[in-house]
Amino acid sequence: MTETSQTNSLFKISDKTKNRNAAERRFRIYGILAISIGLLMLLVLASTIILRGTSAFQQTFITLEVDLLESKLDKKGNRNIDDIKKVSTFGYSPILVNALKKVLEKHEISTSLKKKALGGIISKSAPSQIRDFVLEDVNRIGQTVEFKFLVNGWIDGYIKGRYSRESVANSKFASAEQFDLIDQLLEVGVVEKKFNFDFIFGADASDQRPEAAGIGVAMVGSFYLMLVVLVLSLPLGVAASIYLEEFAKQNAFTDIIEVTISNLAAVPSIVFGILGLAVFINYMHLPQSTPIVGGLVLTLMTLPTIIISTRASLKSVPPSIRDAALGLGASKMQTVFHHVLPLAAPGILTGTIIGMAQALGESAPLLLIGMIGYVATNMPTTISEGLLSPNSAMPAQIYEWAKRADPAFIERAWGGIIILLIFLLTMNTMAVILRRRFERRW
Amino acid sequence: MALNGVFYSLMILAFLAFFVSRFLTLKTVKGDIRRLHSRPVYYGLNSLFLTVFPAVILLIFWSFAQSILIDEKVKQQIPENFITEDAPLNLIMSEVNRLSEGLKQLVDQGTVSAAKVKNEGSELFGIEDKLESAGVFLSSSISPEVLSASRSKFAMEAFGNSTRNWLAILVSVLGFLWSLKNSTAEFRARNHVERITLFLLGTAATLAIFTSLGIVLSMIFEALRFFGMHPWTDFFFGSTWAPSFSAGSELSILPLLWGTLYISFVALLVSVPIGLYSAIYLSEYASKPIRAIAKPLLEILAGIPTIVYGLFALTTFGPLLRYFFGDGGFLGVEWMSDSRSVITAGVVMGMMLIPFVSSLSDDIINAVPQSLRDGSYGLGATQSETVRKVILPAALPGIIGAILLAASRAIGETMIVVLGAGAVAKFAGNPLEALTTITTRIVSQLTGDLEFDSPETLVAFALGLTLFTITLGLNVLALYIVRKYREQYE
Repeated sequence: MTETSQTNSLFKISDKTKNRNAAERRFRIYGILAISIGLLMLLVLASTIILRGTSAFQQTFITLEVDLLESKLDKKGNRNIDDIKKVSTFGYSPILVNALKKVLEKHEISTSLKKKALGGIISKSAPSQIRDFVLEDVNRIGQTVEFKFLVNGWIDGYIKGRYSRESVANSKFASAEQFDLIDQLLEVGVVEKKFNFDFIFGADASDQRPEAAGIGVAMVGSFYLMLVVLVLSLPLGVAASIYLEEFAKQNAFTDIIEVTISNLAAVPSIVFGILGLAVFINYMHLPQSTPIVGGLVLTLMTLPTIIISTRASLKSVPPSIRDAALGLGASKMQTVFHHVLPLAAPGILTGTIIGMAQALGESAPLLLIGMIGYVATNMPTTISEGLLSPNSAMPAQIYEWAKRADPAFIERAWGGIIILLIFLLTMNTMAVILRRRFERRW
Repeated sequence: MALNGVFYSLMILAFLAFFVSRFLTLKTVKGDIRRLHSRPVYYGLNSLFLTVFPAVILLIFWSFAQSILIDEKVKQQIPENFITEDAPLNLIMSEVNRLSEGLKQLVDQGTVSAAKVKNEGSELFGIEDKLESAGVFLSSSISPEVLSASRSKFAMEAFGNSTRNWLAILVSVLGFLWSLKNSTAEFRARNHVERITLFLLGTAATLAIFTSLGIVLSMIFEALRFFGMHPWTDFFFGSTWAPSFSAGSELSILPLLWGTLYISFVALLVSVPIGLYSAIYLSEYASKPIRAIAKPLLEILAGIPTIVYGLFALTTFGPLLRYFFGDGGFLGVEWMSDSRSVITAGVVMGMMLIPFVSSLSDDIINAVPQSLRDGSYGLGATQSETVRKVILPAALPGIIGAILLAASRAIGETMIVVLGAGAVAKFAGNPLEALTTITTRIVSQLTGDLEFDSPETLVAFALGLTLFTITLGLNVLALYIVRKYREQYE
């Protein structure tokens, strides 16, 4: 008894207190640790995206002077477009190799590479590039024209540091000799790495030509998806919210609607894809893989989000506004449409933008309605074509690239993610600015 | 008249209706608005509604009824002996549909005249080549039965469509004329317009119910078809998932469910401690500026599209794990043969779920009344003791609700597991091995060329229904718990 009273001096901290204080510090450290881990994950994710994606915006090009030989392209010599069309892209490869040889001679570079390996430096899309140029105007045959070609994906990978001479030792797609040659060409400036606008605005390319693939068409597909979502979900969502918030009587039916809406918000997105496949494609026979079907599916998915945020902003308009309008003789409907709705508009808009940003990043339902595969190849020219012809969307295109084996496609997938995130960031910033600028405190 | 034409005419009529009736009404009172019952715009709107809505409703219902009726008629036309085991009715019908679409395309292009297609007596020579050049590819050569069925379908559709379109315009004009009768000062236009508007608003609100019904019904119908072809006992209680396109697939959900739950468990193992501790720190310890920065930063994790996480798992995190645990790797162990595994998908999914847990828990912890904290401090408890012994027990139901919501997210997540989890369906315990999930199998069964009458495709609907039921159950439970808890303090 006497001992304990001695240790319990006010000036000396007891062991138990020490332990309690240590526990307090530990607990605090756990908290800091948890937040740091969370933020670290964000940092890792962000740096991965930037490190792996930025190289997709750069591409290696080779500049060649191509002789459009009459002897190869128009053997009859009468410039008949039908005859010239018969020459396939395969027939254009020799003049490409010739052009390459000419450049090597000019810069006095010698190489042991055979014709095929030499041509392999240039992208497989190059022959069709010349062919399209010739078919545009057959009188160009016989001229010498300067072209800028893409370099094959493997060579591009070497320049970007993805492959080394050792790593392609047993590869049949690239060889160390090709890399030697490229180093020399880089030195004389025939080959150069430049910003690649075709990645942002171009179309998807087949498995063989990762260097030519772009996300532009999928971007247009995403735009049409968003158009459908906006046109359908904004009016429907606002109408539903107005009814539920301002007019619905408190009864079982309204309860059912409210419960359904809150449950719909939590249904996994893939289930909406199944719905779209079963109802829109299998039952209503809408065309598969098209933005209109994708847009309908995403609309159903976005509606709950929009309804929930719209109701919140309708609710935030104070009752005094309604009372004042009603007091001046406005009908209930006039009160809502002339006073409450305009005051709630910024909030509704913010919610809509956030819902659309969610829809823009969504990919699972799009896989089920077939917006993947090699579909984003043609830029739609009219609105109806944009809505009704098969296309991809940005996230689906990224998934498609991620599935392909070639690492050059993985690089493009990360590049695509950068573009997608720029869009999302812009939309979310817009939402924040709208909220800051127009939010009213009553 | 094409459907486009109908829309344009309806638009013109609506425009006319609005201005004509507004003008006529104003004329009856000689421009003295005070003598009108409603403001002039309502007379215009009333007329516009009457002009447009009946016609649109007619268009929609006619189209539905027509497609069903024509389908039945065409089915009857196909001779019974033509239907065999190899060519069941639905296959023939899809052939007929494709062909009649092709014929429509040819007529639109002007290759064949509509009259010629409709006239059953005339022969359509070389129709196959013409179809092919128009870009319509048919699986086999066209049999005369199919051709005649599609020609009559084409004829019926053409007749039905033009009747519908003309009728719609007629109804619209009648509605317009009828509405002109109401252009009087005494007519209660505003009340009429508001009643219609209210009806429209209510219809929009019920759309949510229709969507849910659509989800449930579409999945139930297809799932029932699946259970008609495949024993339900195998689906729910079998032990193997092995779809094969020759007969004898084994389609059991259990191995998939195991993979789903295992990966979700790993995800929760990552996200719950991190999320919960973050929430506690942010709400109890952090200063205002730190909270203002850290909270939105953490919430960015929830706004990143799942495809990004999937790609991160596939190309960055998976290979990193393999570098440590794989064959010839850093640690010299051979535990991992593929960069896709339970841990790969689970940890990355956990990253995504951190803000779910932390935001919801944060709200709930903040909702615990200050008086409880003050009481605890007053008794001499330290801050951490207050959190552990007072706040967490008080907030527990809400936190459990938050965890359940995160779990339902994890179970329904698709892209991360499609890219990061692999495709092996078995009951494996090693977290470094690849496993597959329900959502992954739904995607793989429903992409590519689909035959909607094989159990291998239809099983996806049964899987989807199960997934829907599980996530719905978790959500309802979570909301129930959260709501019940909130009532205690508010």
